[in-house]
Amino acid sequence: MRLINLRPSRQLAIYMAALPFVLVAIGYVLGSEARLAENPNDKLLPALSTMAQAVKQMAFQLDARTGSYLMLSDTIASLGRLLSALAISTAAALVFGIVIGLLPAANAMLGSFVSVTSMVPPLALLPILFIVMGLGENSKIALIVIGTLPGMIRDLSMRVLELPREQLIKAQTLGASSWQIALRVVLPQILPRLIDSLRLQLGPAWLFLIAAEAIASDSGLGYRIFLVRRYLAMDIIIPYVIWITLLAFLMDFALRLLQRKAFPWFASVRAE
Amino acid sequence: MSAIRFDDVWKEYGDHIVLERITLEVAPRAFLALVGPSGCGKTTFLRMLLGEERPTRGQILIDGVPLQPEPDADRGVVFQRYSVFPHLTVLQNVLLGRELQHSKFLGRLFGAAKKAATDEAMALLAEVGLKGHEDKYPSALSGGMQQRLALAQAVMRGPKILLLDEPFGALDPGIRADIHVLMKRLWNETELTVVMVTHDLSEAFRLATRVIAFERNRDRPEERERYGATISRDLEIYPRRTAQLRAVAPIRSGRDDPAEQGA
Repeated sequence: MRLINLRPSRQLAIYMAALPFVLVAIGYVLGSEARLAENPNDKLLPALSTMAQAVKQMAFQLDARTGSYLMLSDTIASLGRLLSALAISTAAALVFGIVIGLLPAANAMLGSFVSVTSMVPPLALLPILFIVMGLGENSKIALIVIGTLPGMIRDLSMRVLELPREQLIKAQTLGASSWQIALRVVLPQILPRLIDSLRLQLGPAWLFLIAAEAIASDSGLGYRIFLVRRYLAMDIIIPYVIWITLLAFLMDFALRLLQRKAFPWFASVRAE
Repeated sequence: MSAIRFDDVWKEYGDHIVLERITLEVAPRAFLALVGPSGCGKTTFLRMLLGEERPTRGQILIDGVPLQPEPDADRGVVFQRYSVFPHLTVLQNVLLGRELQHSKFLGRLFGAAKKAATDEAMALLAEVGLKGHEDKYPSALSGGMQQRLALAQAVMRGPKILLLDEPFGALDPGIRADIHVLMKRLWNETELTVVMVTHDLSEAFRLATRVIAFERNRDRPEERERYGATISRDLEIYPRRTAQLRAVAPIRSGRDDPAEQGA
């Protein structure tokens, strides 16, 4: 049988999906044991028990200096920045995406501007943001917005342009004005596609968040990782990375779930 | 229920002439079928009538008034595909025209107005044989049912002219026969002038009052670009068909002006 026709059964597929994770974990444990056997003070690959101890200290014990649970306050600080930036990006992308996709005049005026701005490397702008907006929250949020917004606008305006011409004609023959077409025909059909776009931008958003926190911050997950890096505290860095990955994965999963539940008609449209 | 007049209409794309010397009078309440080989400009003709394309020369008049250069609620349309909105249920699709008409800002009706429109839409859905499917999304309907829905959606808004672009081309023969019966009934019971593009000659002769054939008179390769298609045959169907007097409980038009009696 050809490889392209070999489909694993459902159960087998679950085992196969788990396999790479298990292999990485086993590889880590073996490597860690080997290094610790040679030098019990090795910091590069800490034992699972050492990491558990670090997590316990960071997540479940009050920090004497700040009087808070460090991992919790770091998470709140980071998520606050990430979510407010994504909220700004999403709202702006929705408005500009629909306007550019639906109105030829707006497309003529803004289309190439958005294309060009989406090519500006956001991290290169970070110094400018720090200079102009200071080192506070605003510059970090602005970096994430700048990093994600042009791509989302481009993506959404293309999705609007991809709507069948027949639908827009049909809406006009039902007497719809431009505003009504945007509100009743385009917006509801763009929302599920907006979720796709948002999912794709989660990766870049986290990247810019960690980068901004690493460079100038006094709280946040990225700040903590880059702080403890000075002490080679791999027992803290590794759990933090896993925690960040888990948060990003959960956000992605929640968005996918929202798309399926809120827009039951969308799956068959996409299948076409 | 409007007279259509094409006055020496030409359509060119750059140097390429698609249609030339189209002069045509269509009586109110006619059922016009446009036939002809692929690429002979039938669809271009329909798109001009829809207002989606402008004639290069000549003009199109509806009831003596030059055509608006964009689609509007006077002319309903059913395409072969993508005629209904995938994000709306069957009932919402039919309601949409009424909601857009009466709610300029939100495009939605509430309360009593919504109730009245819903009752009307449900009656219309029953007429076209979609009773019991109100809450389904179009993707859950068969091709024939989607086209019935598209017809109901267009008729609900009460257009004067209904334009059909190969509406039944993708349907099985049996389903097509059923929907022909429905189409005839809609034409009889509403006050529509219908213009239909079709590939199917038997469909054209079964439904229409008048069949127009488009053809390129000069089709040698070196002539193709410079000579467009024109009307080659104009056949009145005999025995002559006219729309029946409207039934006792006609499908109500959404137009505000009173329809002519016994039109």
